[in-house]
Amino acid sequence: MKKILALTLALMMLALSACAFAEGAPAVMSHEEFVNAELDTEVTVETYVQAKQSWWDGKGTIYTQAPDGAYFLYNMPMTQEEYDQLVPGTKIRVTGYKAEWSGEVEITEAVFEILEADPFIPEALDVTALLGTEELNAHQNELVSFKGAVVTAKKDAAGNDVAFLYNWDGSGQAGANNDLYFDVTINGNVYTFTVESYLCGEDTDVYKAVTELAIGDVIDMEGFLYWYNGANPHITKVVKAAE
Amino acid sequence: MKKLLLAALLVVLCLGLCGCHGSRDSSAFEIPASFDTSRNYDITFWAKNDTNVTQTRIYEKAIRDFEALYPNITVHLKLYTDYSRIYNDVITNIATSTTPNVCISYPDHIATYLTGSQVMVPLDGLMADEKYGLKGSALLFDSPSREEVVPQFLNECVIGDAHYALPFMRSTEALYINKTFVEKLGYTLPEVLTWDFVWEVSDAAAQKNADGVYPLNGQKVMIPFIYKSTDNMMIQMLRQLDAPYSTADGRIEIFNDSTRSVLYAVRDHVKTGAFSTFKISSYPGNFLNAGQCVFAVDSTAGATWMGSRAPHMDIAASQVVDFDLAVRPIPQFDPEHPVMISQGPSVCVFNKTDPQEVLASWLFTQYLLTNDVQIAYSQTEGYVPVTYKAQRDSVYQDYLSRRGENSDLYYDIKIDAAGVLMDNTQNTFVTPVFNGSASLRDAAGQLIEETAKAVRRKKTVDDAFIDGLYDQISSLYRLDQLGAQAGGRASRKDLGPLPATSVLLLGALAAVWVLLGIVFLKQALKKRRAS
Repeated sequence: MKKILALTLALMMLALSACAFAEGAPAVMSHEEFVNAELDTEVTVETYVQAKQSWWDGKGTIYTQAPDGAYFLYNMPMTQEEYDQLVPGTKIRVTGYKAEWSGEVEITEAVFEILEADPFIPEALDVTALLGTEELNAHQNELVSFKGAVVTAKKDAAGNDVAFLYNWDGSGQAGANNDLYFDVTINGNVYTFTVESYLCGEDTDVYKAVTELAIGDVIDMEGFLYWYNGANPHITKVVKAAE
Repeated sequence: MKKLLLAALLVVLCLGLCGCHGSRDSSAFEIPASFDTSRNYDITFWAKNDTNVTQTRIYEKAIRDFEALYPNITVHLKLYTDYSRIYNDVITNIATSTTPNVCISYPDHIATYLTGSQVMVPLDGLMADEKYGLKGSALLFDSPSREEVVPQFLNECVIGDAHYALPFMRSTEALYINKTFVEKLGYTLPEVLTWDFVWEVSDAAAQKNADGVYPLNGQKVMIPFIYKSTDNMMIQMLRQLDAPYSTADGRIEIFNDSTRSVLYAVRDHVKTGAFSTFKISSYPGNFLNAGQCVFAVDSTAGATWMGSRAPHMDIAASQVVDFDLAVRPIPQFDPEHPVMISQGPSVCVFNKTDPQEVLASWLFTQYLLTNDVQIAYSQTEGYVPVTYKAQRDSVYQDYLSRRGENSDLYYDIKIDAAGVLMDNTQNTFVTPVFNGSASLRDAAGQLIEETAKAVRRKKTVDDAFIDGLYDQISSLYRLDQLGAQAGGRASRKDLGPLPATSVLLLGALAAVWVLLGIVFLKQALKKRRAS
């Protein structure tokens, strides 16, 4: 009789634990389910850290990507120590709200936990042929590459042709860690690319590479497909294209 | 007896030194009798621009012109595009005594800088100095007199009982309106709009067809009313309602029923799809220029981004639609008595161990008020010069008179926006400045943001929600602690018994004095007996 009682109690406890777990852990979405979710609804995804934009005032902004799609985590509350733990490849479960700001679909006000898993770093997807097409939006926030881009002149405030500007209009300066803006021609169209200084600051190779560009250089680039009123890739790597 | 006196003197000196310890990190600035031009000075100027290259060039030109007048002063410019980054860097550098010499700041931020000892230079003495003050006799440039600085703007730089900054530029907020849409909806645009009018038209504009298209613009996107700075929105609505916000000494009063009524208005119009904010959606000007917004509230210093002919554009040309744009003061509860905020950059001077370096910094600070700098910078956006001297200058008057001549320097919307402040300078206000006022400002905006987000997330916004929001925001921005500090100052609350170490120290000091007294009396008695 005692054994039956003990078994019943054990089963009840197991059932209660399962219920608690089910209530406490929201269902993890696939990327497709995330894309189909309404704005301003709560979402939960499992994804892998790819790069970090900044930690500021108790919040971190993170580029992440899973095998089926990418997620931009904007201003996720965390300590500096937690931020430091989020090295590229780290798997995390994120619960927050789906939001859209100037076309950029992101997860805001999220909480996260680090999961035990093998690291995942994707290969950059070549989207050169998709530039200017609506299909490009399907790859928002992913690590992408652009091949054979020709550096095209921008005008500085004095009307001179330059290969890049500090800030969008040249209002920045060297040494101030301003964003870099540069134009490239791909498939006959001119596009503006950005080195986002919070992601890749003055001391990074890509920042230095862009400040050394010359008009007419042919380059290959990698970066995250950020969106701001249209595609606005945040470039993380620039190399001269093979001759 | 001499030994005794010496001992007493030593004790007094020791006590005096103990008292001094910790009271000052550096000495207070004293104005030198004259500026030493035999020495060279390197001063750093941390400036903010609106990511506007013309503003950068004006700073650079001002520095060149100033250095030509004072070849022994070299000014090093460091540019920021965000006030909060300047604030953060200054706070970091206070700790290491590496603050800039001159810095563009908001008074709220200066109030925090002032919590450090002798970090900032009070400017009253400098302003009044006969040789180097405003219109001083030894200046090498044509400076405005104190009376020529717009008094409202100068008064905004008083923190506590002294001026800790000079105003540099002033702006306010303006309502940028797609007049074409307002009239299409059957309304006539008044000179001063009420909140009721804006909400009513916005609700009408938010009506959409079953297929998700808005009949007003034929697009699937329409946010009729977007507010850029929701902290300003809350602050101005409360001031217009004559409702409490904070006291001058820092007592927090924002959590009241008027605030609640503002939040309910936000709730009601987010629910209809009529209202959103910059933080939730994006820059109001982008939606306005794409024909996806009817009312956009933004700074007058953002006027060059507003309108289909705007000199600055953040969206593709293919997205821009043509429409008539009107500029008005922000919406009012009482249009007969409009009320709006005064804002804009001020310039402060940091203290240094070398008074000559501080004087060099002050000379440059004052140079920023000269007509050339004031007029050129104000023309970059919907700013207003902070001196009557510049406002009345024929160059500036000519600029105003050429409104609309082109879509660049004479862009009509920019000049109209500046006009909103020029016409309403007497109707402007600023909020009290104290250590923590920057947090209160952030909290004011966050109340609106959280309410708007809650509605969008299908949460119930009622009294219980707002009560919870008040607690959450108060705690998040540590306003409960600020309130306690202010209350403590006002009520001299009981701090409890002295700590044991303090009792011990005071007891020892008393014992030393008693012993000295006994020795003194003994000596005196001995002397008397001997005589």
